[in-house]
Parts: sequence; structure tokens; C-alpha cells
Amino acid sequence: MTTTLTEVDREAQAPKGRVRRPKAARAGGTLHAGPVAYGILALFTIGSLFPLVWTAIAASRDNQRLAETPPPFWFGSNLMDNLEIAWKDANLGEAFLNTTIVAGISAVTIVVLSTIAGFAFAKLRFKGRNALMLIVIGTMMVPPQLSVIPLYMMVAELDWTDQLQAVILPSIVSAFGVFFMRQYLLQALPDELIEAARVDGASSWRVVWHIVFPAARPAMAVLGMLMFVQTWNDFLWPFLVLTQTGNPTVQVAVAGLGRGYTPDQSLIMAGALLGTLPLLLVFAIFGKQIVGGIMQGAVKG
Amino acid sequence: MTTGHDTAAASPAKEGGAAPARPSAGAPVSDKERRRRARLSRRWQRDMRFSPYAFVSPFFLLFLAFGLFPLVYTGWASLHQVELTAPTDMNWVGLRNYTRIFDDDFFWNAARNTLTIGIISTVPQLLMALGLAHILNYKLRASTFYRVVMLAPYATSIAAASLVFVLLFGRDYGMINWALGAVGVDNIDWQNDKWPSQIAVSVIVIWRWTGYNALIYLAAMQAIPQDLYESAALDGANRWQQFVHVTLPSLRPTILFTVVVSTIGASQLFGEPLLFDANKGASGGSQHQFQTLGLYLYEQGWVNQHLGRASAIAWTMFLILIVIGIVNYVISRRLRASS
Repeated sequence: MTTTLTEVDREAQAPKGRVRRPKAARAGGTLHAGPVAYGILALFTIGSLFPLVWTAIAASRDNQRLAETPPPFWFGSNLMDNLEIAWKDANLGEAFLNTTIVAGISAVTIVVLSTIAGFAFAKLRFKGRNALMLIVIGTMMVPPQLSVIPLYMMVAELDWTDQLQAVILPSIVSAFGVFFMRQYLLQALPDELIEAARVDGASSWRVVWHIVFPAARPAMAVLGMLMFVQTWNDFLWPFLVLTQTGNPTVQVAVAGLGRGYTPDQSLIMAGALLGTLPLLLVFAIFGKQIVGGIMQGAVKG
Repeated sequence: MTTGHDTAAASPAKEGGAAPARPSAGAPVSDKERRRRARLSRRWQRDMRFSPYAFVSPFFLLFLAFGLFPLVYTGWASLHQVELTAPTDMNWVGLRNYTRIFDDDFFWNAARNTLTIGIISTVPQLLMALGLAHILNYKLRASTFYRVVMLAPYATSIAAASLVFVLLFGRDYGMINWALGAVGVDNIDWQNDKWPSQIAVSVIVIWRWTGYNALIYLAAMQAIPQDLYESAALDGANRWQQFVHVTLPSLRPTILFTVVVSTIGASQLFGEPLLFDANKGASGGSQHQFQTLGLYLYEQGWVNQHLGRASAIAWTMFLILIVIGIVNYVISRRLRASS
């Protein structure tokens, strides 16, 4: 009984669409959680959500009320006004559009390139495969901050300051993506399928198009969401090359609200709320798949 | 990568794939047909030989352009005097940038702050994540709900999270001081006192990353074979002993992985201390009390406009990370040898 439970659960980690599991098999381990465990979980739940909820509370108040003791615990009536002013002050409309473009292009490119490379590493035999894979894993350890100075010089040289391509280009490569797709394709793509296509005379590119992409679709979706979240939240590099007035991303715009001379805290909170809301919505809808994706990427192979 | 190997030398069989275009033995084929098949076969072999490289080359080309080249170039720039105003104007100064930053008290201050903030953000974070993962590994009602909720902070950006915590940590009207006041603790100046401000910055980091790490641990825990626990239970191990003697050793590679990743993250800390600053500068507080190396790099490069010196800081950070990586490796080998 116990082994079947874990097997079912492990299978459920693989994002293979929505598979209804029997109710008894929902949980991970074999031991039932007691009240202490639920208590700790409740604490962590409150800790995780409280700052987010409080952002909304602060955004719905006026600045006066935020500077009183005790701080407000419940929503006020200024939410819509604050959101509207913050939207205008921080140039958030343009920022949303910019960030969507940046994160969208980055995510799609990363997913496609990672899938192709991951397929080669998982299923094709070629000289130097293991060495190259080690390099890929090694690059995950190189901190991105080390390259910002020459990248900045390049961007300045190309006159790309405040241009979106300056943000997009360095972010379309992801070692994690290659690793993630390799792990997935190792399990999810049967060798027989590739061999059958080979026998039918399919070239490698046809195999990628007709077999690898369809087989990898669930993992591609998860990786796409992870990379979208990551690029959306990226701060250091956009902060260096974009200005708040030029072509800001949401993070640059929101940070600008906090760093400007706007003393109005409720406006800053409204901006922070607007900057966070789209991703929280994505999480509310696809949270289960994203969780599964992170857990799948974490298991080594 | 795609050096000029002789394509005809490799037989299709050696490449592990079936070659459909080969003429079947014995069947009578015309000369023209034979040539066609030979051509197809050559194309097939080329495909088998070079496509893998074509598939992995975009990653490596992009990495060369946006990862490796900048890394090396940063080292080169660190030996020059370069100003932000004229980034292409480089004057060779040898190691002077390095001696300048090593003589700068603020560099050592930033290094110390990075270390202490790194420790007080990483250690509790990973310990809590481990405990959390252990609980999530129990049979739970609504387990998916907890996992998604724990991950919500990860979806929150550095910018938004830092701004919210600035308010929560406010000295006079902040929620945290108010709550502490309710239990009789006097107001703490979270932004201006050294340890409180470092703790506050760490709290932002801990809040954002604990759930993420917990999920990684949980995934590794679920991969532990159940019979290990069963045999431990047969030997009379209680839950705690099972955790110490089965779970932790099985998790060692994962723990090492998260330690390395968190260490790298902590050494880069930038957005949180930047936005937590009440003076809205890059000095990490009026007394530089929470200026990290990342912030110091930014201050030298973009505020003081010395890109050469900033490059020297970047390379110093890189060398420190390599040392940390080696230490991690040695420790993990020791641990493996002792078990």
C-alpha cells in the first residue's frame, strides 16, 4: 500500500496534464500529519501571504492613515484612486507592455532553444556530449552580475540604452532550461519513437518538429512559465540599462516609485500591488503546474 | 565544435541509427537509383553527425556572447581605468584598481556585510525549508494549496517585496515595531541600526526563497525509497532518528546544491539593500551599515562612474565564489568519506 502511494504521487509530479488521482493518494508521505504540523503550516501560510495582503490593505488607504499607530488591518476606500494615480505616475501602462514583450520573447526563445539542446543531450549520441553537458551545468554557477559591466559597455556602444533589445538579448540563454528539458526528455520520450521515425527516413529536424516538440509540450509549458516569472521579476540588469522615463519594465517602474520623492506610501503600495498582481494571477491559475515543474527540475538524474 | 571530420568515414550503423536509404541487398537497382540512394545516404550521415551540434550550438553561442566573453572582458577591464562616461576609452593601469579597492574600508565593510547578511539569510532559510519540506511530506489535507501558497513570495518581485518590507519595518508606524511594542519591545530602528537593518534585509530574502527551497527538498524527499524507512522502523528508529539517519543523508546532494545556489544568490544581493535604503542612495544606509558587495559594485561603477574599479570588484567576487565552491566541494567529499 505504502509503495503504491508514493509511486502514484511521483508520477503526478510529472506535468502530464491533469490526472485525477484517488483521494487517498493525494498526500506525499505515509505518515498522517498531526495538529502540530498543521499549526506550523498555518503559520507559514500566514507569513507567506501577510505581506501580500497587507500591500493591498496599504494601497486601499490614504497616506495619513498609514502614518498612524496602530497600522491599518483592514481595507479602506481609496484603492481605485491610488491604483489610478500610481498607474499614471509610474508609467505602468507602458511598463506592462514592455515587460510582457521582454518576458514573452525571452520565455519563448529559451523554451525552444532549451528543448532542442535538451533533446540532443538526452537522446542523441555525439562526441563531447558529456563534456558539453558539464559545461552547461557549470554555467549555472557563474553569477550573472559578473558580466553586467561589459554588457553595459556593449549596450552603450550599440546605443541601445533604454531599448528593450538590450534587456531581451542577454536573457534568452538559460542553462537551467537546457538541463530541465534534458531531464524531462530522458524519461518522457521513448527511444523507440525516434527510431521509428528514423526508419521512416525522417531527418533530425523532422524528428524535432514532429516528435520532440509534441512530446515535450507539457514541460515546455512549465519551463515557459518559470522563465516568464523569472524575466518578469528580473531587476538588476533592467535597472542598469533602462531608465524610469525611457522604456521601463514593471520592476524598474515600481522601484522608481519607491526611489522618487513621492512621499505617498499608499501610492507606492498601489504600484507594488499592480506590479505583483499579474504574476499572482498566473500563480493562482497555474500554481499546481509550476510547483510540479520546480519539483521536477529539482530531482537530479 | 564542428571540426572537419570525414563524414563518409562513419558507417550509419556506428551512429546507432538505421539508414533507410541504403539499397537492400540483392535487389536489382539501376545506376541512377544507386546514385540517388548514395546521395541520400551521405545526407543522412551528415545529418546524424552534425545535427546534434547544430542543436546545442545556439546555447553555446549565446553563452559565449553573453556569459563567457563578458566574464573574461570584465577581467580585462579590471586592469584598466575606464569611466562610465567613455566606456571605450581604456587606459592600462595594471593591478591598481585592485589595490585601490583593497585599501578602501568600504570594500571590506561591504565584504563583511555580504558575509553576515548571507549567513543570517541563508542558514535559517534552508533550515526552515528543510523542516517545511518534512512536514509537507506527511500525508496532508490540501497539500497542493500549501505548496502554491509557499511559492507565492517567489512570484513577488524584489522591487515590490522590498518596498512592502520598508513599510512593515518602519520605525515609527511600521507593523513589526507595533507588534513588538505589544509584547513590550521598544521601537527598533530597522533602517539605521546595523544589526536590525541587516536582519531586515535578510528577512526579505528569507521570505522570498524559503518556499522555493522547501519545494526542492520535498522533491528530493519524495525520491527516497520507502523501504529505507521501513527497514529503519524495523530496527526501532523513531521518527527523529529516521529523519537524521535516512532523510538527511539521502538529501545530501540536494542540500549541497541549495547551499551553493543560495551562496551565489547571497553574494549577489543587490535589489533588496538598494531599495531598503531610506536615503535612496546606493551606499546601503547612511553608515553603509548594509552595503553589500553588489551594491558597492554599483556605487563604484554607476554612481562614481569608475567602471574599471567596478570590474575589479566583480572579479574579486568571482574569485571569492570559486573559493567558496572549492570549500563546498572539499566539505562534501569529507562528508561522503566519513559516512
